[in-house]
Formats: sequence, structure tokens, C-alpha cells
Amino acid sequence: MTEAGAPAARRGALNSEENILAEQEFMPAVRAMVGREYGRVYAWDAVNAPMIRQWCEVMGIDNPLYLDADYAASSEHGGLVAPPAMLQAWCLEGLHMNNYAPGSTDENPYEVLKLLEANGFASVVAVNSDLSFDRYVKLGEKLYYTTRLDAVGDEKTTALGTGYFVTLKMSFFSEKPEGDEQVGQLLFRVFKFRPANPVKPAAEGDSAPAVPKFKRPKPGISDDTRFFWEGCAEGKLLIQRCTACNTLRHPPAPVCSSCHSFDWDSVQSSGKGTIYSFVVMHYPEVPPFDYPNPIGLIELEEGVRLTAGLVGVKRDELAIGQAVQVEFHTFDDELILPLFRPVAQ
Amino acid sequence: MTSNSISGRAAIVGLGATEFSKNSGRTELRLAMEATLGALADAGIDPSEVEGFSSYTMDNVPEYEVARLLGCKNVKFFSQIPHGGGGACAPLMHAAMAVATGVAKVVVVYRAMNERSWYRFGKPHDFGGAPIFDAVNYGWYMPHGFHTPAAWVGMFAQRYMHTYGATSEDFGRVAVAVRDFAATNPAAFFYGKPITLEEHQASRWICEPLHLLDCCQESDGAVAMVITSAERARDLKQKPVIIKGASQGIAEGQQSMTSFYRQDITGLPEMGVVARELYAQSGLGPQDLQTAVIYDHFTPFVLPQLEEFGFCKRGEAKDFIRDGLHARSGSLPINTHGGQLGEAYIHGMNGVAEGVRQVRGTSVNQVAGAQNVLVTAGTGVPTSGLILGAA
Repeated sequence: MTEAGAPAARRGALNSEENILAEQEFMPAVRAMVGREYGRVYAWDAVNAPMIRQWCEVMGIDNPLYLDADYAASSEHGGLVAPPAMLQAWCLEGLHMNNYAPGSTDENPYEVLKLLEANGFASVVAVNSDLSFDRYVKLGEKLYYTTRLDAVGDEKTTALGTGYFVTLKMSFFSEKPEGDEQVGQLLFRVFKFRPANPVKPAAEGDSAPAVPKFKRPKPGISDDTRFFWEGCAEGKLLIQRCTACNTLRHPPAPVCSSCHSFDWDSVQSSGKGTIYSFVVMHYPEVPPFDYPNPIGLIELEEGVRLTAGLVGVKRDELAIGQAVQVEFHTFDDELILPLFRPVAQ
Repeated sequence: MTSNSISGRAAIVGLGATEFSKNSGRTELRLAMEATLGALADAGIDPSEVEGFSSYTMDNVPEYEVARLLGCKNVKFFSQIPHGGGGACAPLMHAAMAVATGVAKVVVVYRAMNERSWYRFGKPHDFGGAPIFDAVNYGWYMPHGFHTPAAWVGMFAQRYMHTYGATSEDFGRVAVAVRDFAATNPAAFFYGKPITLEEHQASRWICEPLHLLDCCQESDGAVAMVITSAERARDLKQKPVIIKGASQGIAEGQQSMTSFYRQDITGLPEMGVVARELYAQSGLGPQDLQTAVIYDHFTPFVLPQLEEFGFCKRGEAKDFIRDGLHARSGSLPINTHGGQLGEAYIHGMNGVAEGVRQVRGTSVNQVAGAQNVLVTAGTGVPTSGLILGAA
């Protein structure tokens, strides 16, 4: 990584000596990345009428320039055109994250965010998404974009916290035999920050997030496991018990692996246990999870194990044998999960 | 060895592979056909003679299409093995059984994938909320964001370290040794790019306790092999590579990547099942193996494999590795192709290929006097293994 032309890091308004040192170390590297260009990301499909129709349907748009081939043919465009605001949609990865169209770059235009993250600015909020257009795009055009890291601002403190505004510019082009032609630009700006009031469990609607809200994956629930999740909803950690041989088991199953009885009930766990093993997940960062994400393999005092997220855990408490206690957290207003918090032995 | 054992009955007589890359630039079907035709040419067997196929359930290339393009007219056996890399050695086992029973005289096994350029294999997968088994099973992990193979392996690794005093540096010594082999293998991703233990330790966390350099990379590429009877193998172009032992393995408390509920999670009992069966079939023991291909999608699981196969005692793999016995010029050099970590991640089929080359005497990192070679398949899942040897 070159440091040529990187101005000396501005001394931050942080009062912790450790943070100031960290900033001095990492900011030249951040500044050196400004101006970097990232390779092409291609559209999966050429501009086409079905996707335009579906987009307009979802957005509630009925402009005949986009939808009525006869009308559009008589317009100055001579045929259907795509809604300009749809520009970014053509080159998105689709249903699966990072599944970009063949030939797209492997480079990560958001690498600077990782660097800021690694230095304590873990939270992000999108603040601008400004589209500008050079012209309409027509059916059959094949689009791609390239990205430039345009700017990283000076350290700012906002109501959300202290951090940096990072601006990326995506330039969209249409492939042409005579030379590719720019059709529009997207200025995308985020604020990458250290929260002023970190870790608010279950946001209380004070500031609606400007980024799309990703939900946690829901568990598959079957007749064999429904009792567990219904227990969670009532704030109870339930363990399945074979009523023939009294063996406790988790994960639940329709039959006892010891005596093969299909008869079972459940008992409520005290929720007390110890960390039998653990990991701390760092990469890949998948929304909506916060990173680093500590996960425990918990051995309950009743003798069975289960895996669950760990909350309120300090680094020195992340140890095999650490005592933990269950608590129930609600996510997305619908998913109630048992999580574990370190407690005194 | 009993009279109806498959040991010694079938041989690998042809080997084909594409280059390994992060973007093959061609379809998975084409990769499969290039490797398969290469393997048949290597064997000197006409494509129309193929009577059987075995691959992975995860392979996107169906055997009927390979059969159609080969011009096969008489295919009597085809199977697919589940559990990803855990199936790596099992297509060879199924092929050997088909050949030994006379159902199919010539069997092709293959694995072809653009798992780097077309999709990202290691990414989290949302199984959805339906009551089908996978969604219910992974429903214990996904809602917590506990959703990557590296993380599941890490859970076992952390307990292993705690129990036996192994360290991240011990995992690093595995990576350093296999990358040393990759560095002298022109077919490897990391040809000419060895690493140091310091670089391993400085590499970023993927999931504590795993660093980046504890993890293999998703790859594009294909490997195929041809199996026929040991008898016919004597008359073919290549030195026969005899399948002396072949087994799959599921043990008590088995799950796929999440066998966290066993009384002890520091071993790989399913690999113990494989080890006992391989040794019983072949009549060989750890002292008879000159080199091994030990599945290394993630470094930590290399250690309990060395223990399950009896190369060292339980909990002592760290000492084996600290002594460098697994490295170049050690007593049991492992993963001489560079492993999944250093050559490519073709779901272990490239490891079987290296076992073949060691027995033939054609590896770029040839172990002198390699007579019998162990090959293992993916760990943490239902698994498989092979012992290959000279006739």
C-alpha cells in the first residue's frame, strides 16, 4: 500500500490516548486509498422490458414511455426506455449477496470501510444516494459501472457518533462497439462511525435506519421443535425429555436415541450454564449481524448443550468454563432467541 | 482381507485435470468434459467403454450429460455422494465396488466446479423457515449468525486447543508446511508463494481461532479419474494405482458440521470409523504409509485426523507437527500437492489425484519410496478415505 501524497493524519478529538495513536497509524493508509478506481461490475441482463415492467409495478409508476411500446415508438425516443431511477438496479447482484454477473471485478470498493472498521469505527449509516443521468437508456443496452473512492472527509462528530464521511462515485456505462458511453452516475456516501451510545438493544425507533433493514434468518420449525420456540416466546428455555427413560436431549428430535421411545415432554432449564467452547466471527460481515460476533457452545447445568450468541461479553470473559445465564432477545419484532450473558461464577 | 473384500480388486488407471483458477472462463460442463476426456486418454481407454459414473451430489454436472457427450451406450452404474468434501474419496470407493462386483467394467469419477467465479461456496446460506430437515437443523445456528464452515470448525478447534494445549501456531505450522509444497507445484494457486509462521499469525481473523491463512480458497477447476479392474490395469498405459482400502464414515452423534453435542468434541470419530476399515481391508497400518493427503479445508482438523489414523496418540498431533514430521523431509509428508490450502479447493478430488501421482512416482514433490498413500476426505461431516498403493 503506497503512502505517497498522503497528508499527515489530523489529530482527532478523541481523549483516549489509545484511540489517538490508532488514528495516527491508520489514517495515512485511508487517505492513500482515496482516488482508487475499482473494476467493472456488469449487469446480469441487458436492459429489458420485463424487468422495467416489474420495477414500475412495484414502484407504482405508469408512465407509458416505460410501459407502452406503441406510445414509446411515437415519442422522441422511438421506443421503450428504462426509468432513469432504475439505473443502479441493472447492475445489482440479485438475490444472493456478492453474486455479481460474470466478468465483474473481484475488487471490493468498500475496502476502505473495512479499514475504518478495523480501527474502531464499526457502525455505518448511508447518508446520500444521488443519481444523475446523461441520457435515457433503451432496450437492449448492456450496462456496467466502475467505482471510484472519491473522498474521505475529516473526522466529524454527529448525533450518531464520531467518524468519517466516505464518498464513492459509481459511473455507469453502456457498452458500444464505437466506444462505451457514460449514461449516468451514482454518488453514494456513508458515515462510518463509532457510536455515541453504543449497543442499544432492539432500536426504539428514535432514528430510522437509512439503509435497508435486513432481518435475521428465521429457523425452520417442525412438529419436533415447535415447543422450543414457543418456550422462547414465553421467556422459557425448554429442553426435550424422553418420558420413557428420562434422557434430556438437544437439539430436539422425534425419537429418543437411547431407548427409541417416541414419547416426550419438556422441562424448563434454569438457563444457567458454562461456555463449553466459543468462536468470534469476523468475516464475512453479513447483515444484520454486528461484528465481531461471539458465539458460544453452552453446556447447561442440566447437562445438554446448545449454541447461541453471547451478549455483554468482555474479551477476558470469553473463556471456556465462564459461567453464563440465558436471556431472551426479540429481533425484527418477531424472532425471539435465547442469548447468553456472562455472570459471576 | 476376506475373499469378497474390494481391497486390491480395482485400480485407478487414468487421471485428468484442468488448471485450477479463480475464474476458469468456461462452463462447469466443459471443465468436467476436459478432465474426463483427459483421464480416459491418460488411461488409453476409449470413451465409449465407460459403463459407470460417480460424483458428488453437489456437482452441477449430471452424469447423463457426461455419458451423452462421451458417446456411452451401456451405462449400468451411477451414484452421487453427499456431504461435499466429505465425499471426496467415496466416488472411488463406489467405483471400486462397481468394478469388483462386475456391474461396470470402466467407471469415471469427476468433480467440476466454478465455485469461485459462478457462486461463492463458503457464503452463508439461508435455509428458510420450512419444516424440512435442513431448515430445522440449521435453524439452531443461522438466526445467531453462526453460519459459516470456518465458524463451525472454529468451535471444535477452540475446544481442541483448550483440551490438548494446541495453539494457533500449531495450526499455522500445518499451513506453512503445505504452502511450502504448493510453492514448488506449478499447478498450485500458490506456486512460488510460500508463507512464514509470522505471516500466518499476522493474517486477519476470519473467525477466532481461525486466521485467514488457516482457510482454503474457493476455486474453479475439475479433476477426473478412470477406474477399472486391477487385472486389466496391468495391460494399460500407466502404472496401476491399486485401491487397497476404501470406506465412508458416520459415527455416533454425527451431524453435518455441527456435531457439537457429542460427549467429546476433540476427535473425529467418523474418521476413526474410516481408519479402522481402511486398515482392516488393506492389512496395512500407519507405519506402512509413506505419505498422506490429509483433508485441509481448514487447518485445525488436520490434527485430530493424524490422531484418528494412529500417526500419533490422542492429543499429541501438536507435537508431531512441532517436530515437523508432516513437512517436507518429515517422516510423513502430508499434502505434497499443496493441499486444499495451497493447490486448490476442488473438494478433495485433487487430493486423490495427488495420491495417484505419489504411487505412480510422478508427483512434483515425490516422496521417495512411496508405496502406500492415505487420502482422507472432508472433516466435520460424514466422510470417507482411501489407501492407494502400488500393485
